[in-house]
Amino acid sequence: MASVRDKSGRPVVVVTGMGVVTSLGAGKADNWEKLTAGQSGIRAISRFSTGGLRTRIAGTVDFVPVDPLTSPALAGRLADMAAEEAVAQSGVGRNGHFPGPLFLAVAPVEVEWPQRQEVAKASGANQQVTYTDLIRAASSGKFRHYHERFMFASVADGLAQKFGTEGAPVSLSTACASGASAIQLGFEAIRRGETDAALCVATDGSVNVESLIRFSLLSALAMSNDPPQGASNPFSKNCDGFVMAEGAGALVLESYEGATARGAKILGVIAGCGELADSFHRTRSSPDGKPIVGCMRNALEDAGLTPEDIDYINAHGTGTPENDKMECQCVTTVFGERAKQIPISSTKSMIGHTLSAAGAIEAVVTLMTLEHQRIPPTINYNIPDPAITLDVVPNVARDASMRRALSNSFGFGGQNVSLVMAREPN
Amino acid sequence: MVEAVATPREAWITGIGIVSCLGEGLDAHWQGFADGKRVVDTETFAPYIVHPLAPIDFDKQIPKKGDQRQMEPWQRIGTYAAGLALDGAGCKGNKELLGRMDMIVAAGGGERDEAVDGAILSALPNAAKPDLFLNERLMSDLRPTLFLAQLSNLLAGNISIVHGVTGSSRTFMGEELAGVDATQIALARIAAGQSEIALVGGSYNGERSDVVMLYEFGGYCLKGDFRPVWEREAGPGFALGSLGAFVVLENKAHATARGATPIARLSAAASGYSRRAQPGAIKDELARMWPRVAGALRPAGAAVISGATGAAPATAEEKDFLAAQSELPVRATGSLVGHGIEPQMVMNVALAALAVNRGKLFPPCGALERPMEGALTQAVVTGVGHWRGEGLALVEAIG
Repeated sequence: MASVRDKSGRPVVVVTGMGVVTSLGAGKADNWEKLTAGQSGIRAISRFSTGGLRTRIAGTVDFVPVDPLTSPALAGRLADMAAEEAVAQSGVGRNGHFPGPLFLAVAPVEVEWPQRQEVAKASGANQQVTYTDLIRAASSGKFRHYHERFMFASVADGLAQKFGTEGAPVSLSTACASGASAIQLGFEAIRRGETDAALCVATDGSVNVESLIRFSLLSALAMSNDPPQGASNPFSKNCDGFVMAEGAGALVLESYEGATARGAKILGVIAGCGELADSFHRTRSSPDGKPIVGCMRNALEDAGLTPEDIDYINAHGTGTPENDKMECQCVTTVFGERAKQIPISSTKSMIGHTLSAAGAIEAVVTLMTLEHQRIPPTINYNIPDPAITLDVVPNVARDASMRRALSNSFGFGGQNVSLVMAREPN
Repeated sequence: MVEAVATPREAWITGIGIVSCLGEGLDAHWQGFADGKRVVDTETFAPYIVHPLAPIDFDKQIPKKGDQRQMEPWQRIGTYAAGLALDGAGCKGNKELLGRMDMIVAAGGGERDEAVDGAILSALPNAAKPDLFLNERLMSDLRPTLFLAQLSNLLAGNISIVHGVTGSSRTFMGEELAGVDATQIALARIAAGQSEIALVGGSYNGERSDVVMLYEFGGYCLKGDFRPVWEREAGPGFALGSLGAFVVLENKAHATARGATPIARLSAAASGYSRRAQPGAIKDELARMWPRVAGALRPAGAAVISGATGAAPATAEEKDFLAAQSELPVRATGSLVGHGIEPQMVMNVALAALAVNRGKLFPPCGALERPMEGALTQAVVTGVGHWRGEGLALVEAIG
């Protein structure tokens, strides 16, 4: 058996359970089938009117009923589904008692327009509505449930209660790198020897009107609405932005020692995590690429590996021209001549950009890629960008022999996180 | 890069940046607590009471006006406080050090544009097609950059941009628990050798109608006459406070090697999560956590710096717990600086560090607290969330 400790004497961290929900469907089997078939989950938004909006598509999860619908309610439900799949597969703990902490990546929570309108109406203000009116209505006690609903801790609270995780759940955001950060926090806790297991979940249900408009006003979203399935086209010359999407990913992490002791099936290894923040701009990467390059190198170093050890890269690959070019440039810097030979695909081409959930969903996809020795493609790759010189696994899934993979996640606010995953312990 | 360590490494607080209604910096807070200075605004949000931020010259820590314009007040407060902490730790401008400094920020969400919300809510009932009207108005009235001022992780982003802290950047959320988690995980990482130096903290703008509304959904805002937090049984609630609190937390050997002067030691931190449906659950959770931070307490020189909010039933349970647990003198600092939700734990860790550093406890913050005469060398910090989460920490004098 491989060693339960790494070269530095730290516990090796493995994955024993995974769950995923995206616009493609619920569960690993369904998602894997569709991802390797090159299907898109992007559709016209039907949840609210998109009249007058530049972007009218998203990867909404419409098959999960939530009533009343709010972003944290949907995020909670999606997280619950993904976590249930992961915990059941892992078999760790017992029903209602997960033997470790919860790390939850979740979008910022705030009161939404339907609720704001409801409170305004209840205020009885008939001409000019101000926050004084809203506060007066709020204090009536009739909206007590909105306090709990719109607390940031509320999504984690539901999960912690259901799964019986230990200690205080940690809610976190590193914008579009959040899912990877949740995994990193669980990974670090196990490495510290604080716990033998951690439940790392990332979720996002924030396709609501104001969130969509906010991203739209930053010119971040794809505007080619027709057909929706073609809108997310990372690495293509004509890509014009990302497509917002919803979903959740969950991973049960365990120390290799603990997992083998209880005879658990090892689905993969979290070999290393790297991060490095960017101080250049609130939404743009440093043009020299140093933070992203440093982030990937930190992950490799943390894993005790070199660029030669990586067989596949699951790209951040949002479909915004700036991100895709920058990621390509940085991958080329890190991997040198080999960069052109390493397959790199963006599963956001099919799932869309699940924002806070993306890092964890893509970690699950990356581990499935290693498990099945098959690479999900970058779909909608019809007009190659000559500036992108990488093997983006265009349009069709491909079999390959792979031992280790890298998954990148970058976010607004200069957030960069890279994860190195392996098929099995060394 | 990171070595496993057999024994936990010591973590020193080598820099503190705090701003509140009492002013900015350690001296202003020491003086404010010595004077029992009461700074409350009972009018702007009447009948609700808030502790307004003291006047701050943001240019001193955020020199570019362009950066200031990109931020809403909560981010300016936090970026300013972070700058004070880095200055205090002697890290300001040290690119090599800042480039590998870790950062954990405790954050909520940013400000709404209250005028835009009000105008839309006023006109919506009369709109022929409300959905289309909402879309049009949001598209035309929302400032594109407002989103970046609202995103939780953009306080950290602004600190990276303005001060150059880029080793890592993590933002924790979840109201009071965010600050407890930030403190506990930053300490655990340093103790285990996963981090050498970290900037930890958060900020809050309590002078906002949108958050008064949010907390008033649950009836949590203090209204009517001001009373210290322990004396609010007849009308429980917290007075929101604008505040920023950051500490530089550093491995002892790292601090020593660069000649940094320690303010205090953060010796322990723990988070807890009671199931509050049961009365007494908070008390039980604190009792369970207490030995983890207070095992090595020497009562003669120790005190409790409490983050009690005034909310029911959390504050009453904490009061019962502290009375039953120990004879230690207690200071609920929220009586003076107000309740800033996410950064509250770090604010109290900072105030505890200040007090043990000066070797004495400041005077009572209210009539139910008793004076302490002797030397202070240890302080247990409490952070009981108004709705969820419990935290404890131990701060000790060095030398």
